[in-house]
Amino acid sequence: MEDKIFKIKENSQAARDVYHLRLEGDSSEINCPGQFASIKLDGLFLRRPFSICSWDESGLDIYYKAVGEGTAKLSTLPVGTELSVLTGLGKGYDTAPSGDNPLLIGGGMGATPLYCLCRKLIAEGKRPTVLLGFASDKDIFLSDEFKTLGADVIICTDDGSCGHKGFVTDVMAGLDYSYFYTCGPEGMFRAIDRIAKTEGQFSFEARMGCGFGACMGCTCKTHKGNKRICKDGPVLERSEIIW
Amino acid sequence: MVNMKVSLSGWQLDNPIIPASGTFGYGKEFAEFYDINCLGTFSFKGTTLNERFGNPTPRIAECPAGMLNAVGLQNPGVEHVIAHELPEMKKYFSKKLIANVSGFSVEEYVKACALLDREEQVGLLEVNISCPNVHNGGMSFGTEPKAAYEVTKAVKAVCKKPVYIKLSPNVTDIVSIAKACEDAGADGISLINTLMGMRIDLKARRPILANTTGGYSGPGVFPVALRMVYQVYEAVKVPIIGMGGISRAEDVIEMMLAGASAVEVGAANLADPMICKKIIDTLPAVMEKYGIDNLSEITGGAHHG
Repeated sequence: MEDKIFKIKENSQAARDVYHLRLEGDSSEINCPGQFASIKLDGLFLRRPFSICSWDESGLDIYYKAVGEGTAKLSTLPVGTELSVLTGLGKGYDTAPSGDNPLLIGGGMGATPLYCLCRKLIAEGKRPTVLLGFASDKDIFLSDEFKTLGADVIICTDDGSCGHKGFVTDVMAGLDYSYFYTCGPEGMFRAIDRIAKTEGQFSFEARMGCGFGACMGCTCKTHKGNKRICKDGPVLERSEIIW
Repeated sequence: MVNMKVSLSGWQLDNPIIPASGTFGYGKEFAEFYDINCLGTFSFKGTTLNERFGNPTPRIAECPAGMLNAVGLQNPGVEHVIAHELPEMKKYFSKKLIANVSGFSVEEYVKACALLDREEQVGLLEVNISCPNVHNGGMSFGTEPKAAYEVTKAVKAVCKKPVYIKLSPNVTDIVSIAKACEDAGADGISLINTLMGMRIDLKARRPILANTTGGYSGPGVFPVALRMVYQVYEAVKVPIIGMGGISRAEDVIEMMLAGASAVEVGAANLADPMICKKIIDTLPAVMEKYGIDNLSEITGGAHHG
C-alpha cells in the first residue's frame, strides 16, 4: 500500500449538501465493494475516510455530505486539485452468501457503497433490489444510477415528497429477499436488525484516527472478539454484531 | 556520507527514528506500506499485565495541529503479546524492539516487565508511568517523584535490560520526576507522553471523547516537548528519547540539539503512514544542510556553559 496522488476531475453538487467527487489516479488497490478511501486535506491533521461509490482503471467516485470542517473544505476544492489519498482500505462486502435476490438498504449517504456492490451482484447474475431512504426528495442521489445498472429501486422519504412516505424498514417488512446488505445510520441498523428475516452485512461508520488499523481508535466488541472498524470492518456480519 | 547511527545504553541503532508506542501497533499495518526494517527500532503497543479493552468510543478527536486520543491502553495482555505478537513481529522486523509497559500498581509493572525482560527480541523496556495508581486514589505514578521512584526501583530490580521511564508532561515540575527516576536507577528517560486535553461537540454540547478527556499529540505539542527535553537534559546524565509532535527531519535535529539521543515519532504515523520512512530518507540531506556529519554528536548541542 502507499499514499497516492489523485487529481479532482469533478466535485459537483448532486443533492442538498451532497457532492460527487471524481478522483483520477491509480485505483489498483481497491478490490472490493464497501472499502473506503481516506483523503488528506490541507490544514487538517487527520485524514477523512469516505466510502467508495465505484472505481475503474482511471480513478474512483465518492459521494460526500458537506457537514463538518473537512467536508466543507473539500466541497470548495476546484477541479485539478491534487490530493493525497489512501485507497482500498478496510474489509468490504462479501457477495458469496447473497443468494439470488439480495436486498440492498441505504439510509442517506449510506447509498454510496451499495452502488459498486449492486454492480458486482448484477455481474454475478443476481437480481438485487435497492431500497433507499432519504429525508426528502431534495436529498436523493444515485437512484438513477442504480436503475441504469438494472436494479429494482424503491425510494422512501421521511416527508413523503418522493416514493413511499416513511422509513425503509416499513417497506422492508413486506419484501422477500435472500440476504441483505446495508449502510446508513445506526438507528436504521437497529430497526433493520429487529425485522430482518435473513442474515446480512452492515457497514459501520466511526471516528477514526489512522484508518488503516494501527491506532485502535475505532475498536468495537463483537461476538467474534474485538474488531477495528477501519481494518476488520467497516462491514460486519449480522451474526457477529453486539447491538 | 553522513552517519545517522545513535546509541541507547549501548544499543546501536542505524538511525534515531523510532515510531512511538500506541501509534504503530505491532508494526504490521505499516509493513504493508514500507519495509519497516529501515527504522532505528519501534516501540510496540503499550502492554499491561492483563488484557484490556480500553475506553468506549469515540476515542479520537481532531484538534488544531494534532489530535486527542483516549484509547485507554487496549492490548491483549503480556502473556498473549509474548506468545503471539513477538513471534509475529519477527516475521517482518529483524531488529530488537522497545517494549512499552503500563500498569495500575507497582506489582503489575513488575510482573509485566519481568516477563518481557526475558525476551531476546526486546532491546529495552520503556515504562509508561502516566497511568493512574489504583492503590493511591488513582493518582498517576508519573505525577509524584516518590511514586515514580518506587515504580522505577521495583522494575529495575527485576530487569537485566535497560529500563527507560516514559514521563507525563501533565506535571508542575517534570525535572523533579526525571531526577527521581534517575536516582532509582533508570537507564534513560522517554518524554513526553501526551498532554491532557478535551474537545466539545457544539451540536451535541457534549465532550467528543467518550472518556471526556484525552491525550493531545501532534505538531502542536512540539515546542512543549522540546522545552521539557531541554530542561530534563540539564538535570540528568542518562540518555533521553525525545518525542512530541515530531513530523520531519528538521524536528529530529532540533529535538536532539535539545538533548535527545534518539526520537520517537507518534501521531504523525496516523496522518501519514509513510512518515518515518520519509524522515529517514530526508535526514541525510538535512544533516548536510546544517553541517552535521555524525548525528550522535549533536545531542544536547543547544546547551552552553
